[in-house]
Amino acid sequence: MSLRRAPGFWLLLAVTLAIGLLPIVTGNPMVRETLYTIYLAIALAGSLNIILGYTGYISFGHVVFFGLGGYVGLYLISSFNTSIWLAILAGGVAAGLLAFLLGSAILRLRGAYFALATIGINEAMRAFVNNFPPFGGPTGISLHFSVYQPYGGATQALWLDYGILVALTLASILLSYLVKSSKFGLGLMAIREDEDAAEVMGIHTTQSKTWAYVLSAIIPGMLGVLYYFKNSSIEPSDAFNLASSIELLVMVMLGGSGTVLGPVIGAAGYEILRGYLLLSRLFRDIQLTVSGLLLLLVVLFIPQGAVGWLTRRYPRLRQVII
Amino acid sequence: MQYLVDGLLIGCVYGLAAMGMTLIWGVMDVINLAHGIMITLGSFGVYLLATSLGMNPYLALIIAGAVGLLAGMGIYKIAIQKVLDTSHLSTLLATFSVNMILLGLATQAFSTNPRSLDIDLGSITIGSVTVQVTRLLAALVSVLIAAGLTLFLKRTTPGKYIRAITDNRAAAELVGIPSQRMLAFSFGLGTLLAVMAGGLIATFFPFTVLSGDAYQLKSFVIVVLGGLGNPIGALLGGLVLGVLEGILPAFMSTSWVPVIEFVLFVVILLFKPTGLFGVKK
Repeated sequence: MSLRRAPGFWLLLAVTLAIGLLPIVTGNPMVRETLYTIYLAIALAGSLNIILGYTGYISFGHVVFFGLGGYVGLYLISSFNTSIWLAILAGGVAAGLLAFLLGSAILRLRGAYFALATIGINEAMRAFVNNFPPFGGPTGISLHFSVYQPYGGATQALWLDYGILVALTLASILLSYLVKSSKFGLGLMAIREDEDAAEVMGIHTTQSKTWAYVLSAIIPGMLGVLYYFKNSSIEPSDAFNLASSIELLVMVMLGGSGTVLGPVIGAAGYEILRGYLLLSRLFRDIQLTVSGLLLLLVVLFIPQGAVGWLTRRYPRLRQVII
Repeated sequence: MQYLVDGLLIGCVYGLAAMGMTLIWGVMDVINLAHGIMITLGSFGVYLLATSLGMNPYLALIIAGAVGLLAGMGIYKIAIQKVLDTSHLSTLLATFSVNMILLGLATQAFSTNPRSLDIDLGSITIGSVTVQVTRLLAALVSVLIAAGLTLFLKRTTPGKYIRAITDNRAAAELVGIPSQRMLAFSFGLGTLLAVMAGGLIATFFPFTVLSGDAYQLKSFVIVVLGGLGNPIGALLGGLVLGVLEGILPAFMSTSWVPVIEFVLFVVILLFKPTGLFGVKK
């Protein structure tokens, strides 16, 4: 992990930190809100990439961890008045635990079967939370204004929330790099290329896959708490929205799956583009159609994503890009 | 009893929609995420033909189906052919992008307001059971189409080609079956089934631009119940789901039904991925 061995990674981390600090230094809430969406997307896409890009398992319901984390966190804050720190921790633990339990069961399925199972789990979870009284059933949980008091009021709480988000985004990039450059990550990539061969070569495939799934779930669980704390309310249809899971897949795909840089570029590009489409008068109404067309073009013509395309075109970049 | 009969009738239509999905899955190993929007467009097609041109809705259904067949072949040529043999992720995202494009256009054209066709053909009462004629007809049409599809696959030459490609595409190509043309045709057929199911749904349920998504999820459940790639299994799976939806509310609150459905879905995927009626493979 020395600077010399991975200059691209350190540059990425430094740029992410510098841009993240920009609104804090200038005190500009407008910039903060724009960056909030982008950083949230980067952290989520980076986490998904661990199971999708490195291990090759298509998780279609990744938002389930984000939603569950949000629910656990908001439940603790509203019912037991816990601090945001403890709630974030609990959200991450809950998501990791769910991933562990689910992973042991559904990671036996391969290819499209696994993808279908994750869709089923997302829908089952949504339907279940709809009927679960502690989580408020179909109306969800709303936070009382007073929960922001310990953090110096709602305005200050938003800044704190943003600060933690930037930290978690950096953590997700770091995690992505650590997994990719470790022996464990090599095992995951072997599974992606040929699971049976990997097993024969002595990789504990079931164990490795389950841990990859857990690692890809923890940060989304923590982010769920952050996001819904800022949002001050959570409801089932929003928390377990299949479309947001698919958007994450699109981001990873756009940037290039299986790389550290790819999801960052994909997520930032997707969010910036969407922000632009929503603002422009020409495209606002057909935003979905334009995004769909772009996605189709990427899938058909640059399936390896932006980073994959760049490294193929300019092989020397491979020394820098991770 | 009443719930059971209603469940069976609606289950036939669910089964029809799922047949389209399972056909595409079986033939080309693609999970079609544009299935839901096709169901929606089927509903709107029949609705528009019936309300603005005053056409008989069942005649409109046939026209919508024919358009669906052509549209499906077009979608295959543009969006799927090129990524067919790459990864599951590519085909999933390709069909999803088609879904996004069409959903965006449909929302722009029709807004998200609910619509409904007011068809009242009366009802028939036998004993304690009252059946609305629209539902009865929808079930009948579904079963007829399913029977037609089965005959087509079993008896005709293109049907045999499709089954050959399902079994082993490389071998089918070696003996000279025009596989690309047949794959496009299969995708068209799958789309036709989705469109017709959507059209039938419009004859008895209100619908919106977004309602296709819910039916697409039901199709997933049914396809897994019936065994991926098995059209007759899909029809039976549709009946099972329809009956479950009809009967379960008698024992628990309606909102628990989807929990049961999706848990069942995951459990079957885990323990019997060939489906309840799947024998081979």
